[in-house]
Formats: sequence, structure tokens, C-alpha cells
Amino acid sequence: MSEILQPQSPGIPLPVPTIYSQPYWDGCQVGELRFQRCQDCGAITMDPAPACSACFSENLEWEVSTGLGEVYSWTTVWRPQTPAFTVPYVAVIVTLDEGFWLLANIINCPVDAVHVGMRVQTTFVELSDEITLPYFEPVD
Amino acid sequence: MAKHPFHDVAIVGIANSEQARVLEGHDSTTITFQAVHRVLADTGLTPQDIDGVAAGPFSGPLTYYMRNGPAWRNHMAPSIPIILDAASAIATGQCHTVLVAHGSAGIYTERASTAPWTRPANEFVVAYGMFTAAEFALIAQRHMHMHGTTPEQLATVAATIRNNGHAHPDAVYHGRGPFTPDDILASRMVADPFHLLDCAMTSEGACALILTTRERAQDLPNKPVYILGGACDSFGPSYQHPPAWDLAGPSGRNNGYTGRWAAQKSFAMGELGPTDVDVCEFYDPFSFEIIRQFEAYGFCEEGEGGDFIMDGRIGPGGQYPVTTDGGTMSFSHGGAAVQQLQRVIRGVEQLRGTCVTSQVPDAQVAMCSNGGAGALFTDVMLLGTETP
Repeated sequence: MSEILQPQSPGIPLPVPTIYSQPYWDGCQVGELRFQRCQDCGAITMDPAPACSACFSENLEWEVSTGLGEVYSWTTVWRPQTPAFTVPYVAVIVTLDEGFWLLANIINCPVDAVHVGMRVQTTFVELSDEITLPYFEPVD
Repeated sequence: MAKHPFHDVAIVGIANSEQARVLEGHDSTTITFQAVHRVLADTGLTPQDIDGVAAGPFSGPLTYYMRNGPAWRNHMAPSIPIILDAASAIATGQCHTVLVAHGSAGIYTERASTAPWTRPANEFVVAYGMFTAAEFALIAQRHMHMHGTTPEQLATVAATIRNNGHAHPDAVYHGRGPFTPDDILASRMVADPFHLLDCAMTSEGACALILTTRERAQDLPNKPVYILGGACDSFGPSYQHPPAWDLAGPSGRNNGYTGRWAAQKSFAMGELGPTDVDVCEFYDPFSFEIIRQFEAYGFCEEGEGGDFIMDGRIGPGGQYPVTTDGGTMSFSHGGAAVQQLQRVIRGVEQLRGTCVTSQVPDAQVAMCSNGGAGALFTDVMLLGTETP
């Protein structure tokens, strides 16, 4: 049985939200993975952005994702970016069921179990008063 | 009349400064100035012959201290796109002789962390421990999933390039080999599938090139190397968004094959195809990227790059020798720009026929590249001893 992946501890570098991404980070604080949908063409834009990535319209509204998806690609990191990070950690790109990608880390999972196509769901970890991070974990 | 405006531009000077893990007594400015002195010596030109400078943050200081104003200038950190800008400035008559230079020393001092240029802060990646190795690993893992590309194939690329550097007397890692694929696989894991020896190293150094008109090149001492073609593919900012292989817009052209369209344009400009290329000075930030580029540029079919690079094809004496000075894995990797220019410098050296090691006999066409899919961009240049 290999090591179970854990969330990082406070002290890692944290996101600095922008005017257009703040609603995304506000959502994380209440346990919602929010994404933007274009009210003109219906496409999803993610990461949070000031314009639709399909038609460049500014007419975007926030919706809440199911948080369910599958691993699109992954890498187990053994050399930390900075000493603030505890290794190993696994970076994943997840394809959410709504059809957008999110980059995050996967936790609550054996380090050698991560694979492309693995079903995952979001889970949230508070790192500071301002920032709660979305992570992914295996679907039971 | 040239068939393409780039064909009226030649690279007439190349130089590398000293390269080392750490260059004691230098900062980025002094090492860049060393490369500039060397490139002037290579060409026999003086500062007064230079009427354009593309040296990133050193463009202003160089023009000021060389007193070669009024001069054309470009302030972006120079790599292939800036060389092409310089060539365009010459081809359109804005200037006639451009110095391209960059250098880096004293930037990477906090060694417990990855190099600062590998981890630009961005709100969507910063908290997940991302840096270049992890970004490029996400591209490689997807390819391995889709096509069954193996760690042994990646290691074959790394061993080939590191052996080129092992042989090269000016490489930072000269004499560190020779390496077998098993040696690569035995090194510690950094970001799966990349072992330490699958990755670029970090070092310090500078380099410089001089471009001028075809006409002026005829009076200079070196064999002119012409720009046969060049173009750039970008899918967005590096290291700020998920580096997905399938990132694409409505065109369907995907990030995984970034560089394909730049290569197609470059080949068309030069009236060439992949089989005309004698030496592949491909950018090598991570071993998998060489496999990706052979597929992207049309040397082989999609998914076949892993098999394509086996059996000595990319080594000395092979059909497509790659990264013949040892590249970023072994020659030098001075930061964000220097080592990208060094791919073009090595291409010129190959076409001049002056490589001390790994010279490809009678090389006529070199393909040089920068970037990679973990960075969401790839830039391509084709160099030749003759133009169409």
C-alpha cells in the first residue's frame, strides 16, 4: 500500500484573485466549484476570464459545477517547486463532466493509484482566511 | 529577387560566452557584454557597423555604451521570434545589421527551489506546486496514454543529447558521460515520467548573433547562413493555465502539436520538407519534447515519434541528428532566453561546418526550434547554406 496523498499545509504560495476571478475563489470558500458560461453562445470558459474563450463575448454568468470528472493527465512530483511544498504531490488536469479542464492536486488517494480516466470529485481545503483551494479526490 | 524576404538576410556572426553552473564574478550584463565582444570578433565588425540591437533588457545599455545610436531596437528577451523580427527589420529596410544578444548570471541563487523562470506566479497554478517539469510532464503523460510512448524511448532521447554534450568541450556537462538509457532511468524521479536526467539543467551564460543583408554578408569573413524560413505558434501564456495536449479553438489545431503550423509555413518559405533537413537543432527542455517535435513537424506520423527516435536515427551519423551541442540538458541553460538562441547558434555552426564535435558532414539545412507544449508555444527556423 503506497502513501496516501495529503493536501499541502499553510505556507505554500497562495493565489491572488483578480476582479474577474474573485467569484471563483468566493465559491471555493462555500464549497462550490464555479465556472463561467457565455450567455451569447453557451460555451464554458475556464480558467476564469474576462471574456468567453469561444466567442470572446463579455456576457458571462457563473454556474456551479457538479465537481465530478475524470483525470485527463497527471504527474507525480518528487522534487518540490519550493521547500514550502511537501512531496510527493500529484498534479492533475481533470476534465469536469461539464466539459472544462481544471488543474489541481489529487488527495486522499494512494500515490501510485492515479491514472488517466480515473473518476474524481472536488474537495475543498482552507489554506488561509481568504483562500480555500479546490483539490480532487477519488470518487468512492 | 528572393523568393521570400527572409532569404535576403544572413546570419554572419555567432558566439557563446563562457558557460558554467555558476559564473563567479559575472552578472547578466557583464556576461552578455562578453558574448557581444566575441561575436564582433567573429565577424570583424565594430559597434559602428551595428545599426540594430535586439538584446532584451540589454538593448538600451548596449546601444548606449557602444554609441551606435540612432539604432533600431527590440526590448523583448530574444529567442526565435525576435531573430525573425530582426530579420524582418533588415528585410524591410529599417536597419541593415542587427546584434542579437542575451545573457544570464546570478539569477538562480536560492537552490532549494526550482529556478525562478520555471515557476511564474499565477493564481490558477501557484498553489499546486507547478513548475516547468510538471507542466511538460502533463503533456508527456497524455501522449504516453494515447500512444504507448515509453520511458525507455524518452531516456533514449536524453542519453543521445547528453552524450553530445559529454563530447563537447565547451558544454557545462562536458565529460559527464557517456550515458545509456538505463543511466537516465536510474536517475531520481523529478516529475513522472521525467527523471532528473530527462530534464534541462540550469546554468549561466550568454550568447550573441549578428544578422545582416545578403549583400553585406558577401564581404564578411564567415560563410553566410541564410534564413530559409521561420514562424511561431502560440496557444497562450506559458505556465498559467492547464497545459492540455488537446487545448484548441474552433480550428481544431491543438497545443499538443504546437509548432506544426510554424513548421509548415517555414518549409513553404524555404521550398523544403522534413527530408531535406540535415540536422535538427531542436529545443530540449525535457526528453519527450524531441519525440513531440518529430511528430509535430511531419517527420513521422502522430503517435509514432517514440519508435521514430530509436535505432540511432537521432544520434551522431543518424538520419536526423538532434541537438548536437548537448542543448539545455548538457551544453547550457542560462534562463529564459539564452539557451533558445543557442539552438540557432548551433544550427549556424553546423552549416558553417565548424563544429568541433558532432559535426554533421556537409550539412546544408538546419532546423532550429524553441519552446514546447508544456509552455504552449513552439517557434521554428530553417537555416541554409543556399536559398531557393
